[in-house]
Amino acid sequence: MKRKHRWGLLLLAMAGISSMTACHGSRGLEEFSIPEEFDTTKNYEITFWAKNDTNKTQTQIYRDAIEGFTALYPNVTVNLRLYTDYGRIYNDVITNIATGTTPNVCITYPDHIATYLTGDNVVVPLDALMTDEDYGLGGSRLLFDAPKVSEIVPQFLFECSFQEHCYALPFMRSTEACYINKDFVEALGYTVPEKLTWDFIWEVSDAATAKDADGNYLVNGQKVMIPFIYKSTDNMMIQMLKQKNAGYSNADGTIEIFNPVTTNLLYEIAEHVKIDAFSTFKISSYPANFLNAGQCVFAVDSTAGATWMGTNAPLSDISEEALVDFQTVVLPVPQFDTEHPQMISQGPSVCIFNKSNPQEVLASWLFMQYLLTNEVQIAYAQTEGYVPVTTKAQKSSVYQEYLAQMGADNDMHYDVKIKAAKLLLENMENTFVTPVFNGSASLRDAAGQMIENVTKSIRRGETVDDAYMEKLTADVTSLYRLNQKGAAVGGRAELGKLPQAAVVLLGTLGITWLGIIAYVSHEVIKKKKKS
Amino acid sequence: MKKLFAMVLSLALAFTAVGCGKEDDSDKKSEGVMTYAEYDAAELKSSVTIEAYVQAKQSWWDNKATIYAQDKDGAYFIYNVACSEDDYKKLSTGTKIKVTGYKEEWSGEIEITDGTFEIMSGNFVAEAADVTSKLGTDDLIKYQNRFVSFQGMTVEPSTDPSGNEVAFLYNWDGSGTQEGNSDLYFNVSKDGATYTFTVESYLCDNTTDVYKAVEALKVGDVIDMEGFLYWYNGVNPHITSVTAAK
Repeated sequence: MKRKHRWGLLLLAMAGISSMTACHGSRGLEEFSIPEEFDTTKNYEITFWAKNDTNKTQTQIYRDAIEGFTALYPNVTVNLRLYTDYGRIYNDVITNIATGTTPNVCITYPDHIATYLTGDNVVVPLDALMTDEDYGLGGSRLLFDAPKVSEIVPQFLFECSFQEHCYALPFMRSTEACYINKDFVEALGYTVPEKLTWDFIWEVSDAATAKDADGNYLVNGQKVMIPFIYKSTDNMMIQMLKQKNAGYSNADGTIEIFNPVTTNLLYEIAEHVKIDAFSTFKISSYPANFLNAGQCVFAVDSTAGATWMGTNAPLSDISEEALVDFQTVVLPVPQFDTEHPQMISQGPSVCIFNKSNPQEVLASWLFMQYLLTNEVQIAYAQTEGYVPVTTKAQKSSVYQEYLAQMGADNDMHYDVKIKAAKLLLENMENTFVTPVFNGSASLRDAAGQMIENVTKSIRRGETVDDAYMEKLTADVTSLYRLNQKGAAVGGRAELGKLPQAAVVLLGTLGITWLGIIAYVSHEVIKKKKKS
Repeated sequence: MKKLFAMVLSLALAFTAVGCGKEDDSDKKSEGVMTYAEYDAAELKSSVTIEAYVQAKQSWWDNKATIYAQDKDGAYFIYNVACSEDDYKKLSTGTKIKVTGYKEEWSGEIEITDGTFEIMSGNFVAEAADVTSKLGTDDLIKYQNRFVSFQGMTVEPSTDPSGNEVAFLYNWDGSGTQEGNSDLYFNVSKDGATYTFTVESYLCDNTTDVYKAVEALKVGDVIDMEGFLYWYNGVNPHITSVTAAK
């Protein structure tokens, strides 16, 4: 198994890359304008870069979607390239912007698109396409039943709009859930509440650290117990700050994360790490592995990871001998104010890249819309705790029937998975996203890194005090270049050597300037001599 | 002239001997460096400093490298050690390095993480230790992270997404592709017990001989393998070579 970090692989030599994207844009493509008509007499080949959660069903759904689309538009060939990691897609897109070989259609995150936009006319703005009467969403000349703009969940569509344009359509949405071992909570003398609070989760987690004289945890009789484990610590910090109404960033890229609330949250987390009540995916492993082995009380992970959670989970990474039998409760992430719950909205979006041939772009747009049809949306949502992004699909009888069959089996209708999806469906108005700007991906990394660093430091017996916090702020600011608005896209400050081509280019420029100066000086001297 | 020649030869011999001595000395740990036994006994979460020899480079990304290293007594998985791209290029099989970091465990894999390293003088390339007979025993974990070999194992079927019996899968469930540089998973058996081995595509990508060799496997093939004894919730060898059994 590889360790998959949602954002872990994405910050490759970005400084050089972003300048390359700018170079390409300035060299290159004209702004896309919608053709009068889609030319079906010519053949178009488009590439679709997609991400699956290492899930064979998702892979098949992409293939089925391509088959369905090309049956309607036989003049279009769609080549699928599969990734299991958003970071790799991001990196490959960035590299291919520089060479003018971007995919046509790509599953991605808005944060990533913000970086792609550093080149001109690289990503196609969708505003005009969406409302085009013929080929727009639900347009009259489409050969399939696409959703109208009004049928896309507004919150999800809103996430794809930034820098005054809509640059993507949502493809799937998820949030985070807390998967709870109910048996352990009750064994510790508590009752799982309807609404989970941070106070409750910390109190129960602390209680779960009690051991017997032999070092076995009382709650599970094992040597291993991580009462509370969090998969994505960037989400953890982001949600905590949002719930506290504290600063994170604003839409123009102003960094607000370094504030007293953040510091206090880190101190609180540190207190629970001290007694081994809390750990993270990056430090320990996948939350599902601990939960399913009876080594965890609270596991926070994406609703899109629900098929790995619980005794009867259809997917598992641990041996049958290690698996324990327990009741799984699925709740929204813990809150500071249960009357005003706040939870992150996440999940893949899809964008299209500009090409010199507008017909090719139109073909991409048509395929992109096809991904929002009920058939694709419902089929994909059923693979995990995702929800369809259109009300058209959500309200359809097929999807409603799927939800109603919750628990009918431990595969398609696995109860934990459907509970996770319902969790989001019932809380769509309580979801939020963070502002998207050139550098927002780095800020997200930094948010998680602070929790990871504090957790590691406490585990390793280091002192976490005000001086530590000051240094942490300085280190994270420097590492993620958060003190340079818009420059944070570079990810890391350490840029390394200039590429050889750049050295040659700069050298040539230097020599040219020296030549110009020498020539001008020579001419001036000559003139002076003449006069 | 002869005297001069003899003197030159003597000096050359002397220098060579000094050189040999250095080679021997390179086995000795520097001051403040743990022996493998000390490292093995060190508590998880504790700071460790080791000297070992690179046996394989798994990946470099974002100024961090992941490396398999070994000395004559044991092996180390060095995860995400701070490393510039230039330094990464300087590392090759056998390069001696000194690593300071923290001993941690991730799903059963013992590793050194959050570390820094420096390149030392010295070279050692480990012979693969045959652990075929250790499979399924409690002894196997003692070889964790070592360069090991498996002899005469039989390829067993895996089931692809369409329900067909195949010799290997792209990704653990067949959801991957060669083009996507997915890991390869394949089952091999010995003495009635079946194990899942992996070609880790960061370590050996889809252009490598081992990747191609696994793609060419057929159920029933009897093969010898070499690789590193990685752990993920149990033994999960990262295979680096596959050949027909001798």
